[in-house]
Amino acid sequence: MTVYWLCFILFLVGLYGVITRRNLIKIAISLSVMEFSCFLFLALIGYTEGGVAPIVDTADPVKTYVDPLPQAMVLTAIVIGLATTAMLMAVIIRIYRKYGTFDIREIKNLRG
Amino acid sequence: MELAISVIVIFMILGAIYAIHASDILSAVIAGGIVGYSLVICFLLLKAPDLAIVQIVVETITLIIMVAVVLDSSRKEAYGKFDTQAWVTAATAVVILAILFWFLKEASAPLAPFGENTMRMADAYVNGAVDKTGSVNLVTGVLFDFRGYDTLGEATVLVTAVLGVLTILRIRGKK
Amino acid sequence: MKGMTVIVKKTTQLIAGIIFLYGIYIILHGHLTPGGGFAGGVIVAGSFILLILAYGSDFLNLVKEERGSTMYENLAILVFLFLGLTGMIAGAGIFFANWLPHGTPGELVSAGFLPLYNIFVGIEVAASILTIFLALVIFKEEVLK
Repeated sequence: MTVYWLCFILFLVGLYGVITRRNLIKIAISLSVMEFSCFLFLALIGYTEGGVAPIVDTADPVKTYVDPLPQAMVLTAIVIGLATTAMLMAVIIRIYRKYGTFDIREIKNLRG
Repeated sequence: MELAISVIVIFMILGAIYAIHASDILSAVIAGGIVGYSLVICFLLLKAPDLAIVQIVVETITLIIMVAVVLDSSRKEAYGKFDTQAWVTAATAVVILAILFWFLKEASAPLAPFGENTMRMADAYVNGAVDKTGSVNLVTGVLFDFRGYDTLGEATVLVTAVLGVLTILRIRGKK
Repeated sequence: MKGMTVIVKKTTQLIAGIIFLYGIYIILHGHLTPGGGFAGGVIVAGSFILLILAYGSDFLNLVKEERGSTMYENLAILVFLFLGLTGMIAGAGIFFANWLPHGTPGELVSAGFLPLYNIFVGIEVAASILTIFLALVIFKEEVLK
């Protein structure tokens, strides 16, 4: 169970970064840390002790495999994560060109 | 196995903490890379080679994009100083996160211990999957045959994200 | 966008083709070995990004390239959708039915529709990531102009 709790701590570290940081790029990094902890948690749930990677050898079928379902879900989520990170970066660089700052407090004051 | 993964996850936590508190944005981005590349080793230890391949290339491309954005703008972390408002925010955040951790701990109690996955859900995806899909790689079988609709949705999200990036970044209209 | 030194250019010239081939291999063997459309697509896009970073390119070329990659991306997802829809017509009314003959498991041409899905998802992912990268480069140069 310890490894699950460490995984939660990684998620909470990311959340701490999102709450307390003022720099937009650091917020983006914290969001991707949260993403990574979710991927790790799903992969941990699917692990079976003594299982092999889910690729069948037709000549010599083994009985225990690692659960392929969470792996398939995480596979799509990783690529979506890349696309959303790129979109976040696009928004950030557009904000920087308009206001000349990454500070969210300053941007809040400038709007108006 | 659990011990090895725990050690790597502790490294990931340290890297994330450094990334959050670094005074240089470029080193923060690279410290974020520590988290991503450690995740590759975790995936390999967890017998998920598909995920490891995808994660290592995706992390590289993400780092390229982030470094390009940082070099394009300012590198200095000018807003990291702790004033009164920052202290209040940090204290509140720590209290909230402690409560959240307790909730997560309680919620994870009914989970099976690490390494004793019961495969309640995936039994149908593993037993006889080769006859049903013809694919030796079970992950591809799940991805494109049993759950093809999911993959279509994922591709749609990707297209939408690209359209979003083009719309956000374009300054002049197309001629 | 300016290129890099001659050492980087020469190394890239030697490596980029091999990376591209490796991406194609990963896509085509997606139903046999670890990998598949997602991983292979990102690797193919990575080889193009490597070339653009090392050699640099002028603005008009990049704009042309962006137009092409956007088109490939949209065509690939359309073909993917139509391949799914053929299951509705031929495969007993099931969306994403795998109605082609399965062949012998473990051979390159087997598993019915799965290699086709892998190929089109690979094209889609590669074109998407290349478009995102090109957009970041192009619109930066547009600001500088």
